[in-house]
Amino acid sequence: MPDQFLFAIEVILNGLMAGVLYALVALGFVLIYKASGIFNYAQGVMALFAALTLVGIMEGQVPFSHLINATFGTDVHHFGWHVPALLAIFLTMLVMIALAWCVQRFVFRFLVGQEPIILFMATIGLAYFLEGVGDLMWGSDIKTLDVGLPQGGSFWIEEMTVGLGGDGFYGFFIDKLDIIATVIAVLLVAGLVAFAQYTKQGRAMRAVADDHQAALSVGVSLNFIWILVWSLAGFVALVAGIMWGAKSGVQFSLSLIALKALPVLMLGGFTSIPGAIVGGLIIGVGEKLFEFLIGAPFLGGATENWFAYMLALLFLVFRPQGLFGEKIIERV
Amino acid sequence: MFYREAGDFSTTYQQDNQTFPIKFDRYRYYVVLFIAIFVVPFLINDYWVNSIFMPFLIYAIAAIGLNILVGYCGQVSLGTGGFMAVGAYACYKLMTAMPEVSMFIHVLLAGVITAAVGVLFGLPSLRIKGFYLAVATLAAQFFLVWLFNRVPWFYNYSASGQISAPERDVLGVFITGPNTQAWATYLFCLVFVIFSAYVARNLTRGSVGRQWMAIRDMDIAAEIIGVNPLRAKLTAFAVSSFFVGISGALFFSVYLGAVEVGEVFGISKSFLVLFMIIIGGLGSIFGCFAGAAFLVLLPVALKIVGVDWLGWPTDIVAHLQLVIVGALIIVFLIAEPHGLAQLWRVAKEKLRLWPFPH
Repeated sequence: MPDQFLFAIEVILNGLMAGVLYALVALGFVLIYKASGIFNYAQGVMALFAALTLVGIMEGQVPFSHLINATFGTDVHHFGWHVPALLAIFLTMLVMIALAWCVQRFVFRFLVGQEPIILFMATIGLAYFLEGVGDLMWGSDIKTLDVGLPQGGSFWIEEMTVGLGGDGFYGFFIDKLDIIATVIAVLLVAGLVAFAQYTKQGRAMRAVADDHQAALSVGVSLNFIWILVWSLAGFVALVAGIMWGAKSGVQFSLSLIALKALPVLMLGGFTSIPGAIVGGLIIGVGEKLFEFLIGAPFLGGATENWFAYMLALLFLVFRPQGLFGEKIIERV
Repeated sequence: MFYREAGDFSTTYQQDNQTFPIKFDRYRYYVVLFIAIFVVPFLINDYWVNSIFMPFLIYAIAAIGLNILVGYCGQVSLGTGGFMAVGAYACYKLMTAMPEVSMFIHVLLAGVITAAVGVLFGLPSLRIKGFYLAVATLAAQFFLVWLFNRVPWFYNYSASGQISAPERDVLGVFITGPNTQAWATYLFCLVFVIFSAYVARNLTRGSVGRQWMAIRDMDIAAEIIGVNPLRAKLTAFAVSSFFVGISGALFFSVYLGAVEVGEVFGISKSFLVLFMIIIGGLGSIFGCFAGAAFLVLLPVALKIVGVDWLGWPTDIVAHLQLVIVGALIIVFLIAEPHGLAQLWRVAKEKLRLWPFPH
């Protein structure tokens, strides 16, 4: 059945695109984990927060307007201006940098040297905190985010591929946004790798990741590097937030993507930037294909919810360091 | 002055080894038990039971279960919600399959079934630890919820996909279904709370508990001094899941009555119970109660202050609650990693010396 086969290919392509977005979130995890050993559960909520802030700034929303109105009986909602997308993205980035500074100054400075699992739980607390603050600031209703990225299916690809199948086949349906996301992800990864490899700050970052104390003794400022890393993670979160936000609206489910990034990391390895990408692609394709071939026909569907975790679980048992990770796992 | 151990002599080993060696503590414990059993049931009404006492008691059991795993054995689990769902569905299937058997047996059996599932998902802990294990338990969480949603056998092919508890009684008094009395459901849960706390307390200070703590503190060293990590970890998973399963069964049958699995036993439930033991105190039975009480009372208190006094809309209060809980977690992890239980210990230490601190 060539139609079925072509359809499977379309599923794979869409899975690849979804995988790119998982990989984007996973990237933020890897950055922070490499430089500070913190497993940042709040990465997904950071993406949500970034997207909310971006929408809020673009629309000229008054922060905390709901709270202000409830307390003082006023009725303010909007400043009445609209900020152009690029400027809004820049302003949001400033907010994310400020957030990075706050996180470092008020939370993790006090937790240096604690066990990783304590740090992990602290980031869960951070996630709750950020989610609450984001909702309080900008309201919790679902928002649409439009920064001018092209959307909808790509007709060009559909027309080019329509001849491949029979009468029932209308060509591959691929969202333009997904293509953009892929390009941006590739650029982002290339940029990050180049940054880590060739710049002074990047080298300092890797030094800190290698050995805190040694880095400190040759004059690298831990504080600065950590703020830098959190800002970078904030930047990646912003990009991921824009992509997901444009795709499915800015809403709470954005932060659940963070959980999907965990199995991605298990697969790719916690310490590897390419690993995050490959892991994301494998999970993306794997869960779509599994749903298409086994889940929907035999298991009643919605297997996407758990497939990634089960795959990661299997992987953990046989290759705990992931595909590209460093072999530092302590076996018990 | 009042809280002291002077003049409190132990003349036998049995006295020396009892749970509350200080007389004052012992009497306080008896008084609390007495009030809980003989005073509270006469004073409470439906509102108190449904919004405070029942969630508190049931979450306390779940927290005891999770604390055994996380606080005593050092294996972080994010699958509590999933295991509670196992308890709930096991209880439901048992209740509908065997209507004539006592509810006590059903709830205990639900715990046993959950323990078996817990051991199954605890198997990866033999090879991995830390948050690798946390992710493995996340797999349990999502898989179990999906399973109960999708396989009709679990909800007896009901049209809504929900499970709802049929009416069951103990000694002629209804404890599930629509015609329950506040005091009856309260006492039914209380029995399980006392049982769980008693068993957990004595397990954790016995040889099993010491094995768990040895594994938690340093697994390699524990293995060298002769603790079998396989046995210790799997027993921790089993005992922990047993209590979590009991709490899930009670949560479904006595407290809610009808359950939609994705909503009630989702990932947020796992986090809630985890927060309870962080705030209450890792590795402390008292901490389970303190944490459960704190996180049950916090939303109620916030609602009274925010909605009733200040007149804010409910969604603002809900968001504020997220902010406060998140901030509290961070504050506790920074300032007092051992939680409310440690504050209690410090207070007791101060009280022993009061009013002459030197």
